[in-house]
Amino acid sequence: MSLLTPPTPPSPAAAADAAVAAILAATVHPAPGAPRGVVVDSPPGAGKSTLVVKAARELVAAGERLMIVAQTNSQVDDLVDRLAAKGTELTVGRLHSGEARPAAEALRHPNVTASSKPADLLELDVVVSTAAKWQWVKDVEPWRHAIVDEAYQMRSDALLAVARLFERALFVGDPGQLDPFTVVGTEQWSGLSYDPSSSAVVTLLAHNPAIEPHRLPVSWRLPASAAPLISEAFYPFTPFRAGTGPGDRLLLPGTRSDGSAVDATIDEAAEYGWALLELPARHTVRTDPQAVAAVAALVRRLLDRGLVASSEQGRVPLTAGRIAVGTAHRDQAAAVRAALGALGVPVDPVAGPAVSVDTANRLQGREYDMTVVLHPLSGRPDATAFHLETGRLCVLASRHRHACIVVARAGIPELLDEHPAGDPVQLGSAMRIPAGWEEKIGGQVIGLLERVGAQFPDGWEANYRVLQHLAEHRVRGS
Amino acid sequence: MSLLTTLARLEAIRSGRAEPLATVLHRHLADRPMVLVPLATAAEDGAPLAVLLGTDRAEPRLHIVPQPLNRERRAEFLAALADDLLPYLDSFAAAVELIEGSEKEPATGEKTVTTRELCLDAPQLIVPNVGSVRHLALLGRATRFRRTAEDPDPGPYPAPTRVPLLGRWLTHLTERAQVPGSSLLLPMTGLLARHWATGQSLLEDQHLAAQLAWHHPPAGLTGAEAAELAETARGTDGRLLHPPAGPATDPRFDEKLLAPAIARFDAAQAAARQGRPDAAVDLAAAVGELRHLLLEVLLPTWTDVWRGLDLLRALPPGGHLAERWESDRWSYTGHRDRLAAGEPPQPRVDDAVTAARKLAQREREQVRVGVQEALDDPLAMAERRLAGEAFSGVVTELEPAYDTSGRTPKPRPLLTVHTTDRPHADLGREVHRASGPAAQKAEVVAFDAAAGLITVRVVNGMGRKKEPEAGSLPQPGEPVTFTLFELAPRQSAPLPEPDDTPWTHGGPPSAAPRSASVSEEWA
Amino acid sequence: MSVADARLASTMNVSLTDQARRLAALRGGAEQRGLDARALAALAANPGCRRRAVLDAAGVDKGAVAGRLGRPAPFGRSPFAIARGTAFEARLKADDCAALLEPLRRHLGLPPGDGDRLDTPDLLPRSGPAVRAARTSEALAEAVAASLADPALWTLLDHPMLRLTVAGAPAYLEPDAVLVHGGRCTVVEIKSFPVLDGSADPAKVGAAARQAAVYVLALQEAAGLDGPSGSPQDPGPPGSPELTVLLVCPQDFGQRPVAAAIDVRRELATTRRALARLTRIEELLDALPPGTSFDLAPDPAGQPTRPVAELTAAVDEVPAVYGPECLSACELGFHCRAQARAAGSVEQIGRGVRADLGDLRTVAAVLTACAGGGIPAAPRDPAAAEDPATEDPAVEDPATARLRYAAALRAEALSGVALSGASG
Repeated sequence: MSLLTPPTPPSPAAAADAAVAAILAATVHPAPGAPRGVVVDSPPGAGKSTLVVKAARELVAAGERLMIVAQTNSQVDDLVDRLAAKGTELTVGRLHSGEARPAAEALRHPNVTASSKPADLLELDVVVSTAAKWQWVKDVEPWRHAIVDEAYQMRSDALLAVARLFERALFVGDPGQLDPFTVVGTEQWSGLSYDPSSSAVVTLLAHNPAIEPHRLPVSWRLPASAAPLISEAFYPFTPFRAGTGPGDRLLLPGTRSDGSAVDATIDEAAEYGWALLELPARHTVRTDPQAVAAVAALVRRLLDRGLVASSEQGRVPLTAGRIAVGTAHRDQAAAVRAALGALGVPVDPVAGPAVSVDTANRLQGREYDMTVVLHPLSGRPDATAFHLETGRLCVLASRHRHACIVVARAGIPELLDEHPAGDPVQLGSAMRIPAGWEEKIGGQVIGLLERVGAQFPDGWEANYRVLQHLAEHRVRGS
Repeated sequence: MSLLTTLARLEAIRSGRAEPLATVLHRHLADRPMVLVPLATAAEDGAPLAVLLGTDRAEPRLHIVPQPLNRERRAEFLAALADDLLPYLDSFAAAVELIEGSEKEPATGEKTVTTRELCLDAPQLIVPNVGSVRHLALLGRATRFRRTAEDPDPGPYPAPTRVPLLGRWLTHLTERAQVPGSSLLLPMTGLLARHWATGQSLLEDQHLAAQLAWHHPPAGLTGAEAAELAETARGTDGRLLHPPAGPATDPRFDEKLLAPAIARFDAAQAAARQGRPDAAVDLAAAVGELRHLLLEVLLPTWTDVWRGLDLLRALPPGGHLAERWESDRWSYTGHRDRLAAGEPPQPRVDDAVTAARKLAQREREQVRVGVQEALDDPLAMAERRLAGEAFSGVVTELEPAYDTSGRTPKPRPLLTVHTTDRPHADLGREVHRASGPAAQKAEVVAFDAAAGLITVRVVNGMGRKKEPEAGSLPQPGEPVTFTLFELAPRQSAPLPEPDDTPWTHGGPPSAAPRSASVSEEWA
Repeated sequence: MSVADARLASTMNVSLTDQARRLAALRGGAEQRGLDARALAALAANPGCRRRAVLDAAGVDKGAVAGRLGRPAPFGRSPFAIARGTAFEARLKADDCAALLEPLRRHLGLPPGDGDRLDTPDLLPRSGPAVRAARTSEALAEAVAASLADPALWTLLDHPMLRLTVAGAPAYLEPDAVLVHGGRCTVVEIKSFPVLDGSADPAKVGAAARQAAVYVLALQEAAGLDGPSGSPQDPGPPGSPELTVLLVCPQDFGQRPVAAAIDVRRELATTRRALARLTRIEELLDALPPGTSFDLAPDPAGQPTRPVAELTAAVDEVPAVYGPECLSACELGFHCRAQARAAGSVEQIGRGVRADLGDLRTVAAVLTACAGGGIPAAPRDPAAAEDPATEDPAVEDPATARLRYAAALRAEALSGVALSGASG
């Protein structure tokens, strides 16, 4: 019988440790002739930030200095805060622009120096800034090492402008999140490996076909109820699993349901990790007052019912700061904020712990215990590429440690069903070594004309898959 | 489509006529534009069939390719087109002004004064639609690498020198047309659609005659009815009464008229080659017939483009047109200089750095044209107000206040504006005064949405004295507009030289083989 | 007959039912217009349109119907385009397809092989579709078996005939070529639009990809695969098609071929959905009044005699979903546009505009709402009445509120008088 037992798969922790060890080895002690870049694909909550901190500390421990490129000021502040807290031995520079002052949490550490002049920071172990700021840095010796964080969100032209600053780099990011974009026509370059509006990683991999992306195989954020769905719907070819098992994460309502649809939705989410509050079908404008009211009511009741989140990190009450509301559009976020304000829910982080209400773009990279999502397709008469973008739904559905509640008008399946499919297909030249060619051509890179930029599954498939799952956790609202 | 545009289109449906989308002209119109209506051969995007062009609406000039599959006929056409178009393009090269600037000596860092020539005016090509722009781009691509008798290796079919030159100009103009707000090459459908809304969709607006039909529908017809006639009405011979504006021709015209006429030309030519006695007469007749056919197809569109120009010229020009036209003049001057310096033709495909530079330029110009249109045109500003990106209203209160943190107190007056707009004006948000006497920034300090009152603290644009300079601030009762967006585009970050392209982007392009010298089958 | 064929035939016998008969009745005496791959691919262009679904499923000649309704489809192919396409394909298939195989080898990852042999079986091109399909199926099975035995063997099926079950009836599809090598087959799609400097018109490539996906689906059906298969790791049983097709186009401005590999998994999924929808055509048929027919009743000379009013009424029995895109994609586009205009529906200026208009669906309703006149307020429920997001109690619907605001801004800008009273 023992002969038939398959080998036990390594525990999530062991699998993740092995992946991280391989990445660190490739980064800190690259083999002779190894590619100059190391790429790490990280699904939501797979320990990307931890990896960045670890890599920085090991590089410094090996006697190196490094620069770190992140995409937004809040990402930079976040990173500086983590680096300085976890790596008390590090000296950290926060390079900022003249206009944007760094956040207080980044500056509270004694080992952090902030300046708008690179020269002030050159001697420090680690210098962190946004890609936009790094582009202006000149007259410096290139760093031997760099880490590029959220690299899939970085545009190729931004990498072009900063790549002169380093010799080797570790690129870390989540390929499932929102792609970078531009508002002007870029058709003439689409298909080029260095299309300036495409993702930096796409360009990097096209020109460095020897780079094999590493993968972080375990999501520590997503609970066991969410990881399989998110993996299957958004990462079908690079699956990952949850670091925790069923029952490791519990949401316990402090008070009983009042029998309303809102409370029933909360109970469903607490029990299963997902819930869909479905409002009657109707075509609405983006700021659908009823949907906005439902979102606000859900958050109000979440706070009123005194939920406790129990996890490997202990038992903590579900307070405002641990809840996020995600929307597709800014005006929706503004309407939700107004509605929450009217219900007395704190939404201004400056005034103390508050519910985060933001668009998918701004929630990228963030983590909460509980999320309430206004479905991008709710109430719409038709879907657009924007609303169907795979990354948008992926971001919204993968911010939570415990549970996610989706609010939507009925009728989205019909909407998807009637969505026209007439998508253009872009040809481009891929530079690669086709499978099975190594022995024939000795690793020579071949230019091939092929389809570029196609995502599979596309937004339609991903949306459909998520809706199918949500339908099992549906509560009908009025 | 923005809600205001939707509204204008719905109004056009109600009125049966085009409705305004702008109160001023948003693109520079030259005094002497070159109108150019091209036709292409079906299913061969880049293969020219005919072109009608000229700067005088009464005197269009026609060039045709009597047999589009024949390399020599095509070459003759291109040479004739070059002869016709290049003098116009060149005619702006000589008159220049001198612009002083300073340049930093890279080695010493010393600044030196330089003067550069800027052409006083530039050419402007007006074509019927976006398809025509694409067609000209293909013509440019097909001809700019043509080898000439002057090349060391002229190949079997050397072209006259002016043909690759034409290709380089067409490439430059069609590239420039990609830059938002530029005006060296403009499609009439786009120009009209920027300034007026029809009661049909943008897709239908691509048909020039159908779009124009909404402007002057014949008596008794609505715009929609007139547009449908322009799209579909056929005469008894099955021909469309109003042929499409190209570059593609009506397939039924191809089948019933063009193909037989080309066949007659082929026959006449074959006869001429065999030396048949009256072959020359037949050949001339066949060419004459083709010219007549194609002129009939082109003339209605020719007239349409000029009618469109008449409509646009009736609009008062926007305040920033001259400034944007200056960019076009720089673009023209730059290309003139590159030709004079003997630089090679534009490559087939941009290298990584050039692509990134162009993208940066387009993004910058997109911002610039957006801002300038809003400043020039209250209807464009209305779009921004509706989007919550600007607010207009009347000053209700001006309260003096000072920043006393420094050595001398600086004026930081509080301005309260009554508005019905709902800007996304979070507290602390920086706002910019539109159309003030000088650039002026302020920050939002209070927003009472219910009362429609926004208070901002003005932080600059008041002179250097202790008190704000007279006239620098709007007074109570005065109308004012603030924008949440900056009024000038941000500078783009520097990019490496193409020769310094980093490893992430494949290294310097010169390392990769260039294929520009590969011979083409076509052309 | 192969096993897969027998299986197919048996499913067909079950489904060649009542439904096929009802569809035939709709068509009347006219010959069924075969659904070719182009038509099948176009189904996905407007999947919500029932009119198109019913007419296509019934094999009605929409172009003829549109002509009779007084708004003929403006489509046509120029003889020059046809000639160019034919010339290009002939050039590709000359000399044992040398011009075709070279790019294909490259894409399949095979070095130029001197020892390779090319087999081009006779597929009985002059027979009827059913015979051709049977012959293709046989040739395909042989080619797969032979290619497994001999890795140097290539088989090119030139214009094979594939069969796909659509709404219970067989549709016959004719790809340009199918190439068999190493036990797998690859769909080859030949188009005459150029690939210029490594890129091509994305809309045209997209259409070609959708068309090729239909062929892949038919080959999957033939290979006995009926579930969605999208995994490159699991290629399926021998003979199953590659999920990447080869598009062959002329390069730059010449006639030299260039091939591009196009992964059509996405289009395959779309096509599956479109076909699944067609099998649900039953519901649409149930909604039609008995006796509905799109028969044009042609006289012996082929001229339609069906009264226009009667035909219009029949077409109108099936609701359409019109958008301006239909004008270039559907023969009935101009007819449906005229109807949309007559009904004053907002979709006539584009489907996207509806997103801003909430429940308002007609031009008149929108303009009335802007004017602030007495539009009927949308029904509201108590939950919304307490909705804090609606700040102005006088305004019922947020769409209406925004429209009025937009209309006021527009009026202000056009009149030159500021909203708040001062002159601007």
